[in-house]
Amino acid sequence: MGLLSDPNRRRALTKLLTRLNAPICVMCYLAGVAWFMGLAFEPFTLRTYMSENAMGSTMVEERFPAGERALATGREFAAHKKKVGGMPVDWLVKTMQSRGLEVFTQSFTRKLPFPDENKERYMVRGTNVYGILRAPRAPRTEALVLSAPCSEGNNNNQAVGLLLGLAQYFRSQIHWAKDIIFLVNEHDLIGMQAWLEGYHHTNTTGGDWSPLQGRGGSIQAALSLELSSDVITSLDLVLEGLNGQLPNLDLANLFYAFCQKIGVLCTIQGKLQRNDWDTTSGYSHAAQTMMLMVLKQASGRPWGDHGLFLRYHIEAASIRGINSFRQYKTDTTTIGRLLEGMYRKLNNLLERLHQSYFFYLMPSLSRFVSIGYYMPAFGLLAVILLLRALDLWVQLGASPPGTEDGVAGGVQVSNGPSSPGVLSILTPVVISHMTGVALYTLPILSQEMAVQHFPVSETEAVVLTAIAIYTAGLALPHNTHRLLQGEGTEEGWRVLKLVALLYLAVLLGCTALINFSLGFILALSLVPIAAFITPHTPKALSAAIMVLLSPGCTLLYCVFVFQELQETPVSLQDGWMLFLSVISQGILDHALYGSLVYPLLALLIYPCWLLLWNILFWK
Amino acid sequence: MAAPLTLLLIVAVTIRAVLFRSSLAELIPERVEVVSPLNAWKRVVEGLALLDLGVSPYAGDVFHETPLIIYFFHFVSDYAEIVFMMADALTAVALYLAVKDYNKTVFRKQKYALEAERYPLDCLELIRTPKEMYYIPLKVAMFYLLNPFTILSCVAKSTCGLNNAVIALFILCTVKGSSLMSAIFLALATYQSIYPLTLFAPALLYLLQRLYIPVNWQRSSFWLFTTQYTFMYLGSLCVMVCLSFFLLSSWDFLSSVYGFILSVPDLTPNIGLFWYFFAEMFEHFRLFFICVFQINVFFYTIPLSIKLKEHPIFLIFMQIAIISIFKSYPTVGDIALYMAFLPAWNHLYRFLRNIFLVSVVLLACSTLFPVLWHLWIYAGSANSNFYYAITLLFNVAQILLVSDYFYAYLRREHHLTHGLYLKRKDGSEATLVLK
Repeated sequence: MGLLSDPNRRRALTKLLTRLNAPICVMCYLAGVAWFMGLAFEPFTLRTYMSENAMGSTMVEERFPAGERALATGREFAAHKKKVGGMPVDWLVKTMQSRGLEVFTQSFTRKLPFPDENKERYMVRGTNVYGILRAPRAPRTEALVLSAPCSEGNNNNQAVGLLLGLAQYFRSQIHWAKDIIFLVNEHDLIGMQAWLEGYHHTNTTGGDWSPLQGRGGSIQAALSLELSSDVITSLDLVLEGLNGQLPNLDLANLFYAFCQKIGVLCTIQGKLQRNDWDTTSGYSHAAQTMMLMVLKQASGRPWGDHGLFLRYHIEAASIRGINSFRQYKTDTTTIGRLLEGMYRKLNNLLERLHQSYFFYLMPSLSRFVSIGYYMPAFGLLAVILLLRALDLWVQLGASPPGTEDGVAGGVQVSNGPSSPGVLSILTPVVISHMTGVALYTLPILSQEMAVQHFPVSETEAVVLTAIAIYTAGLALPHNTHRLLQGEGTEEGWRVLKLVALLYLAVLLGCTALINFSLGFILALSLVPIAAFITPHTPKALSAAIMVLLSPGCTLLYCVFVFQELQETPVSLQDGWMLFLSVISQGILDHALYGSLVYPLLALLIYPCWLLLWNILFWK
Repeated sequence: MAAPLTLLLIVAVTIRAVLFRSSLAELIPERVEVVSPLNAWKRVVEGLALLDLGVSPYAGDVFHETPLIIYFFHFVSDYAEIVFMMADALTAVALYLAVKDYNKTVFRKQKYALEAERYPLDCLELIRTPKEMYYIPLKVAMFYLLNPFTILSCVAKSTCGLNNAVIALFILCTVKGSSLMSAIFLALATYQSIYPLTLFAPALLYLLQRLYIPVNWQRSSFWLFTTQYTFMYLGSLCVMVCLSFFLLSSWDFLSSVYGFILSVPDLTPNIGLFWYFFAEMFEHFRLFFICVFQINVFFYTIPLSIKLKEHPIFLIFMQIAIISIFKSYPTVGDIALYMAFLPAWNHLYRFLRNIFLVSVVLLACSTLFPVLWHLWIYAGSANSNFYYAITLLFNVAQILLVSDYFYAYLRREHHLTHGLYLKRKDGSEATLVLK
């Protein structure tokens, strides 16, 4: 408290902070970026370890024998799928019943707000089929889920076959203490959403589905299986769920432990683990893996069918079989044994997975960075905003914390922050937010009109309207304060900037808590412009920089960087098309599953950026 | 001045009416920051239902309002939204009138002091001018009505709004000098939530000051008035308690309301300091720490009353702030009440030291509450420690805010007697340090 109450020391500290403000800010920014890049360096990360006792020490013997038969079932499933031209509901019901499960179906329909061109669907109608294996050993209060999607074409037939094979095998075992639900969902996430909402009696996004006839206990964990070939070279683990939520790290640990035990190659973000962390290429490999995770998490969309489970407090991950040109192959029996082992361990759980971390980044499958290590990277960026705000506050001279210590501050008080008038600050704030609301609501509302007047499809109409409103916002609101006030004052923009800085700091802080990656990426692009924008910088240059660092452009860069990291670089033209599809996917994710990234960007981040744009053109 | 106030009231009522009709009206009453077990509307409805069934509303450990409140809502529960909006408007008008009257007194006093040349010459810039004081009452009303905390509390139909109205009326009556009404409203406020008991001292001090009775233990007039006021207060409190007994013909409400407030059995998270601490504690220390925590609220009355005995209205502000920070089930509505007074101390602005830091922390914490709640309860990725950390920070910021105002007030008074530019003995410029 000495620092807060002793005026002399406060004065010294404030003077130091205001005089060295710009260098400190630059230092903080560089340190933040360096810290973030350092996270991928192996000595700075922690080795993953199993925290959950119930899964750690117990021995499990895997004996699943029937890989070949599972593949045969998969082929049969494929044949029936082709015959029916969709989900072979009757066949699945019959097959599951013959394997001794309690089988139920759920039908659902969903009309998308506009056609999804990536997956070519608009009016979605489908059926989920699920069978429950009742636990023989315990009261049926808890459950585990194994799901496989019924996809278009020839994908994932092996996954359904293996699911049915495992169901048959599990049925003959006696040590299950939790119900095991085998779910085949149609139309990937839309079906999953319908099933989960039916299971939990909620309806958050206004879907239309029939209620579930049978239920197990409360679901403890779920795995989603994607397998499209008879043999695979590696298994990829997908963790990122809705809004950047991640499952408990123990689930990833469990997967990794079994891959090690059984000897299956395992990857995360499609990247194998390397041991040469001390070489440049080894470091860049880890950095790429981590950045892929950051980009995926920041997108806020579910990257596998497991993504929606996380919303219901269920730890879930997707396991994806990958078949590449590598020599070493793994057959279905081995994958079956791996899954058997994982379910046996999950079966041992005494309470929900909670021991390990929920906030982490993974530079490789055996290494992780926890929240305590990565938050400083964001903190260093956020502190710039606060330092700039402090600097402005001192400049405004309204009895700043300690500099004048009341006595000499008397003169400035009279023309303190109230003098520019509340209105001149409020108008830009209100107008920016109105533009944000327009950006949020208009694209979907006005798609019909756009389609009538322009030669575009509905999806294009939505995306192009969004981009149009986004660009129109740049021209529209600056100088609005002059309508009311005449000339904007010097203090006017300072107060506005103070408001914008604090607003941005709080906004980014909250975002980073919920979804670190999104908060960090936004901070990376928005903090520099927020820190150094004033009406006195050269207009054209600053405007160009501001546009280049605006949230929309950041999204565009992210698309390119993501493609680059995935080793599928795209041309400028393709990148642009991809950018458009990413926008439409973002809007769809919000409408279908309640992803928050689109409303966050449209309603809060974009208006905040517009406030900064206002400051640049303050007259 | 009536026209801007009317306009303000219309704006405030419109905002509330719109929010009552929006989808937020279902979300807000679920927020733990806005409603506590003591004042949640859901519980009032439950109590009313029990009462209609002929069961004691206190059976079942859900309802913790006082009997007068439940009988009040028995008649007006259909118009609850209007009642809560009117309560807010009433509070604002009462505060408006009270501050207006108080400012007049302050200004008159300042005039006498100036005429008597009691202020040092270099303090002229500290003198308050009518121009800057003119808008203060309106700002006070605005701070109360347009404060997001008040709006949230009103939309959640938290009975906190009614308690605030009672306290505001008490302040108005005190400032107007009506000792009987002041005592009655103070008794009503105490009856509602115990803690306003600590406002007894400032009210007494103010009324004594108004009647020009010095606080002097030897003077019979002092004792006469004190006894009179105490008697009025205790008498009306007694009438209310007995009335409650006759309404329900049982003493159940004592343990259900006051026992509930004092022994803190419900540890639902809120913005206060109690829940986490008592959730963690071993059972056999509980009684001791409850005493410690509860005494905390009442303890500051004595030193503050001694220090601020010349400035009872500021003392009322301090007491309300302390109550809202340290009470067992605080909500944002309680905070809104003392924040409404901040414009009245505009003239202290130059002496505030941490106002920037404190307002940034308060702002950040208010937005972090829902975020961390989401992470803890819905996403399951954070835990109660995260939420409590923010609660702690929020309360530290509030304490800093209040102590900053306290310091600034004392400092201004110091300057008014000793001159603005203090010199050390060696002639260098001196600074005041609060230690």
